[in-house]
Amino acid sequence: MSETFTGVGVSAGRVIGPVRRMPDPIAAPADGALLPEGITAEQESARLAEATRTVAAGLKERAATATGDAADVLKATALMASDKSLLKSATKLVASGTCAESAIWEAADAVATQLAALGGYMAERATDVLDVRARIVAELRGVPAPGIPDADEPFVLWAADLAPADTATLDPTRVLALVTSGGGPQSHTAIVARSLGLPAIVAAADTVALVDGDVVFVDGIDGTVVRNPGATETALAEAYASRVALPGFDGVGVLSDGHRVPLLANVGSGSDAKDAAAAGAEGVGLLRTEFCFLGRDTEPSHDEQVQAYRAVFEAFGGSKVVVRTLDAGADKPLPFLTDESEPNPALGVRGYRTDAAVPGVLERQLAAIAEAADGTDAEVWTMAPMISTPAEAAAFATLCAAAGLTTPGVMVEVPSAAVMARQVVSEVAFASIGTNDLTQYTMAADRQLGPLAEFNDPWQPAVLHLIQATCDGGAAAAGGPKPVGVCGEAAADPALAVVLVGLGVATLSMNRRALPAVAAILKRVDRTGAQRLAQLALAAGSAAEARTLVRTALPELNVFGL
Amino acid sequence: MAERTATIASRVGLHARPAAIFAEAAGELDLEVTIAREGEPVEEALDASSILSLMGLGAEYGTTVVLRAEGEGADAALDQLVGILETDHDAE
Repeated sequence: MSETFTGVGVSAGRVIGPVRRMPDPIAAPADGALLPEGITAEQESARLAEATRTVAAGLKERAATATGDAADVLKATALMASDKSLLKSATKLVASGTCAESAIWEAADAVATQLAALGGYMAERATDVLDVRARIVAELRGVPAPGIPDADEPFVLWAADLAPADTATLDPTRVLALVTSGGGPQSHTAIVARSLGLPAIVAAADTVALVDGDVVFVDGIDGTVVRNPGATETALAEAYASRVALPGFDGVGVLSDGHRVPLLANVGSGSDAKDAAAAGAEGVGLLRTEFCFLGRDTEPSHDEQVQAYRAVFEAFGGSKVVVRTLDAGADKPLPFLTDESEPNPALGVRGYRTDAAVPGVLERQLAAIAEAADGTDAEVWTMAPMISTPAEAAAFATLCAAAGLTTPGVMVEVPSAAVMARQVVSEVAFASIGTNDLTQYTMAADRQLGPLAEFNDPWQPAVLHLIQATCDGGAAAAGGPKPVGVCGEAAADPALAVVLVGLGVATLSMNRRALPAVAAILKRVDRTGAQRLAQLALAAGSAAEARTLVRTALPELNVFGL
Repeated sequence: MAERTATIASRVGLHARPAAIFAEAAGELDLEVTIAREGEPVEEALDASSILSLMGLGAEYGTTVVLRAEGEGADAALDQLVGILETDHDAE
């Protein structure tokens, strides 16, 4: 009997494979927990030594089949597991009456602390020591080792949610698809899946019932997981497997009638920008400047900023680069700029609003952008995040003018800015819609919350109506029509990209990996067709209905398995 | 007691791969070999076959360390280990 689970599809693709569950993280044993009754210190020490040997042997075996850096890391980790001095200090604790789990936990902690204190490269190795410790404790407890499971055949990875540390070791040739019971469309799982091109479904709460070895069909397009799939699912997976390979992006975003829709890239660093240029991006639609600031206690110097921005401008000489000024706050706190004690940071002092709280940082950033732009032939546009009113737009335009930046713009993420688009955009030269935040604020649903994932869908007709309002406002702006672009995840969804163009969006900016798919689908529709699909989506009663109506009208999506 | 000094030749210091190669070689010997930074007292010397001790030593490129061992074949064994420390394994 097949059984269907529903979640939110966040990365396209249809595959069938066996489930492997992500093991639970290893919980810390109680501090100084005592030897179990009836067990001598000698017996416990022997048990501990045996566990370290087993873990070391397992890691050594994996090192033998790995190559390059991975082999070296595994080999070093194997040596850590069987390390004599670590075992010696743990054995000493056992001799004083501590159980093996607590003893190795404490002994490894001391080593990790010592390495962390050395800083730099050594501090990073502290993580390896803690990983080895978790493996030894898992062995002692007789539970699976933490981390991505090892399996001989490729599998569908199930997890409650995945953190960056979990996915660092995710091998896309061994993992067929990702399914999580939690998370949302903007969760780390979703972002990783899209960047690796793995089908993925998040917020499928009932999938907690899946167990290792269950064979499932994962449909990242429809957002369903089917346990014990039948002939229908097999046919769908086969059709996906035999999809037509997407042609590479030729560097020109255009509809079938010749209407140009420049396809730009979202980038977060100079090296990112080089990769995006190599992928054919026609410019940068969103330069996240946080890369310069995050993880720092103090504001980066003027010269440091100039250098960082210039690296991006140089990668796109002669093309447009839209720089978003610092977007700190909410999920991106900065000690010198944001107040972490806010009860509701998503509705707090974030984005452009930090300028009023801590004046000067923005002005200095604009000066650095202007100087970096001066040395290159990139066409530099500057926009502020989280603009809510025409007055804020006007104030930002004044700051840009004072810095010598000639093309100021605003991001439309707050519904008030979309509703007031004509007045807001009249103050500046352009607008760019951040669909992730616009969706979260329109639907009043926290982006990070799995149970609200269904709301956090840019296909929500309410969001599409606000995008329409923003485009209309841009077209009716004082001083002539002003372009409105989209730089959120929505632009990377090829079907939604068609709708956005139909709503009047002029440019689309996305992760460079999405460029070929979006370009291929845009080539199949003309402007009238896109407008017709946009009307269908606007008239829909739900995100699911909007998506289905549009996808049905775009059979080309299936050809490419999108 | 046999004793040798050696200067770390790996550009990254006695970390990661060089440390693993050295610890493995020291572990394969039938002797107890210790390692210490030059000038440190004998009693603070660490087990040379422990990768964690080696990493904790924080020996960088150019650091001089002292290896010590006792027993039959100690001289030959230390000569071999000095050879490993004085090779730049990252240049391979």
